[in-house]
Amino acid sequence: MIQAHDSVIVRKMSRVLIPLIQLYALYVLFFGQQGPGGGFVCGVMLGTSLILGILVFGPDSQPYRLAQKAMHGDGVGLLIFAGIGGLCLIGGGQYLNYSGLTIPGIDTDVERHYLGILLTQVGVAIDIAVTAISIVFSLAFIDDDRDDP
Amino acid sequence: MTFAELMIEVGRWATVGIAVVMILIGLFFLFVAAVGVLRLPDVFTRSHAVSLTDSLGALFLLGGLAIYQGFTTNSVKILVVLMLLYLLNPVIAHATVRSAFRCGLRPGSSDDDDVLV
Repeated sequence: MIQAHDSVIVRKMSRVLIPLIQLYALYVLFFGQQGPGGGFVCGVMLGTSLILGILVFGPDSQPYRLAQKAMHGDGVGLLIFAGIGGLCLIGGGQYLNYSGLTIPGIDTDVERHYLGILLTQVGVAIDIAVTAISIVFSLAFIDDDRDDP
Repeated sequence: MTFAELMIEVGRWATVGIAVVMILIGLFFLFVAAVGVLRLPDVFTRSHAVSLTDSLGALFLLGGLAIYQGFTTNSVKILVVLMLLYLLNPVIAHATVRSAFRCGLRPGSSDDDDVLV
């Protein structure tokens, strides 16, 4: 079971650094079309920022409850990814071929590709973040009422 | 070649030279830090060797890269990375040494075998 960290330096610096990590994760997600980065890296950074909050502030804090709430969004990323593929399929193209993405107001091919890639990366980011948080919950918060091995 | 073109050329070569010298100094400090991590006997001395990495090595290395880039967005990103290193690395060293001290290790109490304490 994880207890809260009792060092003043670690607590203050974590309070400074967690919003910076999340902001940089969003920057990586939206910059991933012109440079390095993308959905996978963004999901890892979002998940690790919440894991840092859990490790530093303990199980009676706001990041722990936020992570517990985020666990409910388990299949949303897969739903977004497959939903964009299904929209491309409905529009008359192949699966995940963004030229067939039919959204009213999006007309040119370049905009369709941009929006399709961005939305699938958002789905990937949500799924990776939830997976990282669920691994930490499974490993760190085992019930204490079992016998010692 | 006029005098202005000559001055521009000299400035460009001087910038590249300063950047190369700074990067080499930074790599020397990183090498010393790596040797210290491998050779020193204790967790306290090893963490002291690691803090060479952010105090001088990363400063010279990333500063040289930023000078080589000039005033573009890439140099601003490099300086942001340097700021994050200076914020993060002392906190990591502090947490590590504090945990070792809480577990009962004391400085200078390592016996001279090859056990990684």
